[in-house]
Amino acid sequence: MGNQMKVGIGTAISRVDGREKVTGAARYAAEYVVPDMLYGVIVSSAIAKGSITAIDEDAARSVPGIVEILSHKNRPGEAWFDRSYKDELNIPGTPFKALHDSTILFSGQPVAVVLGKTFEAARYAASLVAITYQEEAHNIDFAVSLAEKFLPKKKRNTYHPPKTRGEPDKAFDAAALQLHEEYHLATEHHNPMEMHASTVEWHGDGRITVYDKTQGSQGVQAYIASGFGFSKKDVRVVNAYVGGGFGSGLRPQYQTQLAVLAAKKTKRSVRVVMTRQQMFTHAHRPECTYSIKLGAETTGMFTSIYGDATTSTSRFENNMEDIVTWGMMNYASPNAGGEYTVAPRDTYTSADMRAPGAATGMTLFEIAVDEMAYKAKVDPLEFRTINYSEIDAMNELPFTSKALREAYREGAKAFGWSRRTPEPRSMTDGRELVGWGVATGMWDAQFSKTSASAKLSANGHLEVACATSDIGTGTYTVMTQVAADTLGLSITQITAKLGDSDLPTAPVEGGSWGAASSGAAVQLACQAVGKKLFKAAKGLEGDPFGAANFDDVEFVDGHMKLKGSDVAGVPLTTIMRSSGENSIEAEETASSGISGMISMMKKARNTHSAVFVEVKVDEDLNVVRVTRVVNAVAAGRIINPKTARSQILGGVVMGIGMALHEETFADVKLGRWMNHDYAEYHVPANADIYDIEVLFVDEPDPEVTPLGVKGLGEIGIVGTAAAVANAIYHATGKRVRSLPITIDKLLELEK
Amino acid sequence: MNRFDYARAGSLAEALRDGAGDDARYLAGGTNLIDLMKENVERPLRIVDINRLDLHGATELDDGGLRLGALMTNAETAYHPQVEQRFPLLASAILAGASPQLRNAATNGGNLNQRTRCYYFYDTATPCNKRDPGTGCGAIGGVNRIHAILGASPSCIATHPSDMCIALAALGAQVQVTGPEGDRTIAFADYHRLPGDEPWRDNTLRAGELVTGIDLPPDDFTSHYTYLKLRDRLSYAFALVSVAVAMKLEDGRIADARIALGGVAHKPWRRVEAEDTIRNQAPSTQAFETAASALLAGAIGQGENDFKVALARKAVVRALGQAAAGTPQSQIDKRVA
Ligand SMILES: Cc1cc2nc3c(=O)[nH]c(=O)nc-3n(C[C@H](O)[C@H](O)[C@H](O)COP(=O)(O)OP(=O)(O)OC[C@H]3O[C@@H](n4cnc5c(N)ncnc54)[C@H](O)[C@@H]3O)c2cc1C
Ligand code: SF4
Repeated sequence: MGNQMKVGIGTAISRVDGREKVTGAARYAAEYVVPDMLYGVIVSSAIAKGSITAIDEDAARSVPGIVEILSHKNRPGEAWFDRSYKDELNIPGTPFKALHDSTILFSGQPVAVVLGKTFEAARYAASLVAITYQEEAHNIDFAVSLAEKFLPKKKRNTYHPPKTRGEPDKAFDAAALQLHEEYHLATEHHNPMEMHASTVEWHGDGRITVYDKTQGSQGVQAYIASGFGFSKKDVRVVNAYVGGGFGSGLRPQYQTQLAVLAAKKTKRSVRVVMTRQQMFTHAHRPECTYSIKLGAETTGMFTSIYGDATTSTSRFENNMEDIVTWGMMNYASPNAGGEYTVAPRDTYTSADMRAPGAATGMTLFEIAVDEMAYKAKVDPLEFRTINYSEIDAMNELPFTSKALREAYREGAKAFGWSRRTPEPRSMTDGRELVGWGVATGMWDAQFSKTSASAKLSANGHLEVACATSDIGTGTYTVMTQVAADTLGLSITQITAKLGDSDLPTAPVEGGSWGAASSGAAVQLACQAVGKKLFKAAKGLEGDPFGAANFDDVEFVDGHMKLKGSDVAGVPLTTIMRSSGENSIEAEETASSGISGMISMMKKARNTHSAVFVEVKVDEDLNVVRVTRVVNAVAAGRIINPKTARSQILGGVVMGIGMALHEETFADVKLGRWMNHDYAEYHVPANADIYDIEVLFVDEPDPEVTPLGVKGLGEIGIVGTAAAVANAIYHATGKRVRSLPITIDKLLELEK
Repeated sequence: MNRFDYARAGSLAEALRDGAGDDARYLAGGTNLIDLMKENVERPLRIVDINRLDLHGATELDDGGLRLGALMTNAETAYHPQVEQRFPLLASAILAGASPQLRNAATNGGNLNQRTRCYYFYDTATPCNKRDPGTGCGAIGGVNRIHAILGASPSCIATHPSDMCIALAALGAQVQVTGPEGDRTIAFADYHRLPGDEPWRDNTLRAGELVTGIDLPPDDFTSHYTYLKLRDRLSYAFALVSVAVAMKLEDGRIADARIALGGVAHKPWRRVEAEDTIRNQAPSTQAFETAASALLAGAIGQGENDFKVALARKAVVRALGQAAAGTPQSQIDKRVA
């Protein structure tokens, strides 16, 4: 044990669940095999709006092996009130209820589910279900929907209205330098690798177990209970492994509704899995248009910031994002203001997707900032430091910490920014134009009340548990590391359990609060176990700890020892044995507490980043390569540099996709997304990714969360696309204000 | 999935027997056919697995050419020493397509017969004359970023998605076919067809006919060639525009030039008139622009794909330059040469 590798907080260990994942031992929602299970295949609406007038099921029902076809005509009863279908996100409006009635609200809406003894039979029969519709006029064209934009009366509870300061209009009119441009982001679909799936195990005694693709098992549990007539204790939801989410699993998706309804109807176990095509019929990042007005002095100092943004939502719910606030918070300008509205389309409701709001609003704003830097003839990095704000400039609150200046400095150094020549088209490499761009990222450092338990067995094995999810972020590993750190154990002595609604309470995993919150809860639970061990140690023969207090001991290499002492101390197994107990357990809850709440109101808590990008653009053909990225991140304490780096890498790759590739194409006549598969909905391929360097700048912050951790799941994407866009401008002199920057947009600017 | 019969052919005769009629499909690598069956686009009643047929190798022809078996995989073909050394244009075009996994499974015969990637063709909830004759063309006036700018018709504006076929068109390959009425040889230019008013017919293969091989003529295009593919990401996407050039230079003049375009029409797009404009000319940007204009004469966008006209023009000029300079496009280094 003596030369045991350090594994605690701050160590770059590999994922503890890595082996399960790469060997296929890890089970995902669609991989649980339950005896006598039925396979449900979803029939999707061909029209965007209207109603179902007839369903011809004859051919489908005559396929051998078909047990039932569920539609609005024969679904079992469900709750009446909209509020029964509210999920943790509580989006204002009428939540979508699958198979509720004959109304069609969006193209691809589930209209029936065919249940067969085999998947093949169900899939074939589903293709035979013939539906007749009464069509109504619809619109999914965002530009057209803007005519109906509005600010919802009832706001989403995460929404922060822009707070005006000074007189932005006047200041703009008086400004020496003015910029007024329109920026745009296309609709994107999340497309995690794992398709949404639910396997409902029908126990026959009123209880069900649901293996679900979700980012929050307990949220789905509560939702099933209130919407589908179960008592909460009879519903267990398991999501031990989640093949990516990006926000698409924050809300219970419709396959969960269908699987539960089908199980109720047939009183049998049922599995429903979406196809990749159906993954394009629900959550998506809203399309956004953002008009930005900036005023500045000739020195580049901002005098006015004004943003007016609209994002898309559905006709039945008002999803809202914070778009215009990021620029107002991040930059010192005496005058700033903004407006925000949503525009309804006949689609499913838009949803949170990795860094919702910031990935759109901060990114588009950072393109405008770049434009203003050129107007002022100031280096874009220097421009950002000229307008640097020590405080959250919109809310006028100090930060718990903000090491953005350091991120700029260290990122610039690693990138070699000082060698940049300012003029567009001034750097070349053969026939390629070279461009260097920079942008700032900003995201929330959130914390959410979370409980965890810890149980030390007589053999020295520790189990820590929490109902949180690991959506690929490394939560299993983080929980293990925090536990190892707190009780001085090795990784192999610890099992982390999560993704099960039976475990101690945790919120849905999103907003990058997972590591900070579940980590803190695990630490508290382990500390409580430590205290119990200390008490038990009092009974040891010879009383080795004598008059020492708990604060005088530490846990190292499987031993409890006096701090500072050279003696190894007493093995935990010895203490356990002398205690006579089979195990020592504790459950604790980490919450921000009263002092935390007060601090929360008095201080802003955010992560920041500085993204530097090099692009090479072929001078005639406009082929863009992102050849180098440096992302310098200020995110408090890093629990595991390896999983942390991996989160940032993933965010950067997704940011490159936002800059160059991702876009769902709407057929406005049909009201339908058309490029609904991985072949035609483009995300970056390996060849699109060159060198990405991730730096974490030092940012000690004991105040932000109990562990000083800020969270990393989302900051990596914020700003990245802007840095790419800005680099493309520097390379080519072409300013594209609509993402993604595809080859046609660059060609268009040559006309 | 639809119920269908499955037959594994042990001989060509068996294959032709089982593959007769409109409701049968030959199964090679399955990378396209199975996808289309899952989407309910193809619903054959009989699948004839031809993978056991003896059509796997490459054989040298008497005239010095090379015959590629229909069942050789795309990867085997691209890395075959004879292909690498004597037909590097073909190797390059194959390696520009799909992914290593797909190329390991996809066969040469399947590649020729793969169907369009038009979004509407793939989505049975939408109109498509190619899939369901008479339902209309969803792409006209719809989402048509990837569609044709040449040779389209009012009933269909789809493109043929293959990279390999663009090189085969430039090389003047011949397709060997066998069928109920015996063997035929089809010149590559005649193999695929324009949509006209029968867009459901991708090519001139008759019902029940089977591709057995592809003959490459012995011409030497090993010094001056290129395959340049432009797409929406740097790899693993179908071409927006691609150009295959095979050229011979003699005494600093272009003795022979073949230019085929991909991603722009229902078939690989070649025009001898365009090639003639640079014959006996010294390579120059001006000459290349003339050739590009001739090749693209009459090109017209459908709205979202208007950009392809300008892009194709630039791509042709660049590709001719690459070929003339003897600096073919690498399929590994994504920088445009
Ligand atoms: C995601 C994705 C990306 C791709 N990207 C590219 C790309 O960038 N470039 C590119 O060129 N291709 C690309 N492809 C297409 C790929 O090249 C084709 O799917 C493949 O070549 C088909 O070959 P196969 O042997 O699998 O054919 P199959 O799927 O077995 O057959 C396809 C069709 O050909 C018929 N057929 C097969 N063999 C014969 C024969 N000997 N005689 C008569 N008919 C026959 C079948 O009946 C069927 O109709 C991509 C495919 C996918 C799925
Ligand atoms: S372009 Fe051709 S394949 Fe596409 S929808 Fe029109 S008819 Fe069908």
